[in-house]
Amino acid sequence: MPEQSRAEIQFHHIGRQREAERLGMLVFLASEIMLFGGVFLAALALRMLHPQEYVAAASHMKLWHGTANTAILLTSSLLVALAVEWTRGGRPKWAARCLWAAVALGLTFLGVKAHEYYLDYREGKLPGAANANFSTPFEQLFSNFYFSVTGLHALHVTAGIILLALAALRGEARHDRHAVFIGNVALYWHLVDVFWIFLYPTIYLAGAGE
Amino acid sequence: MSANVKRLVAAGLMLQILLGLTLLVAFLPLGSLKPWIGYGIASAKAALVLWFFMEMREEGGLVRLATVAAFAWLAIMLTLGAADYLSRGWVAAYLNP
Repeated sequence: MPEQSRAEIQFHHIGRQREAERLGMLVFLASEIMLFGGVFLAALALRMLHPQEYVAAASHMKLWHGTANTAILLTSSLLVALAVEWTRGGRPKWAARCLWAAVALGLTFLGVKAHEYYLDYREGKLPGAANANFSTPFEQLFSNFYFSVTGLHALHVTAGIILLALAALRGEARHDRHAVFIGNVALYWHLVDVFWIFLYPTIYLAGAGE
Repeated sequence: MSANVKRLVAAGLMLQILLGLTLLVAFLPLGSLKPWIGYGIASAKAALVLWFFMEMREEGGLVRLATVAAFAWLAIMLTLGAADYLSRGWVAAYLNP
């Protein structure tokens, strides 16, 4: 009797397995969209209640750090999409290279973020720090929002980096022509990218040119 | 390069171009239009990521429905939230003109 893969034992054919795991992953991602949805509703409420103050507070954000990080995440997403493509095409070496490059970009993102936090701290914009110094109560409110949402996002980036590294390390995953593990890790990473795409106008572009 | 790889690279390039565009627009004197354009371009970028990188272009109806459902519920939440904050002064303004 030929050896059966685990997928074949559980599913009648591989197509059905693919549909099941994609759907499961997307339902999980939908719950993530709800989590970040609350964050965006908070931003909307802040902006509707205090339109001018919102723009003024956002103008203190480090636009170039945010822009660089957007470019970094978009590039990493492309690399992860290519990794999935090359896993399916039976080129595990190229898949590993793309995944490691994406890990490096993810770490760079966190590095830029950490530098931005450090500059915020030095300027007294870190709520709760001994040197905290806000010109208006709204500015502090905006800072609370900024640190919670970028912190939540950075946690997701950290989890994504660990998953990408696992995918790169596991030869079994990279030799799987159906790209089950790598495909789902990629979906997660892309969604973390999508969140940042919307955080960019919310935090950084709102105050640009002011 | 296979057609799939070319398509992914093209989508990646388009994303970087949109990033440059949204940054440029943020510095133009467009007043209250700016957030609309900013979020409009963000939505276009998210659509590119979903369609090409997250492979919605290859998925069947069920998977697409699950994805759209998440955004549909999000839109309902944001609309109702905005309706609340926009209309808060209305009753008071009606009763005490």
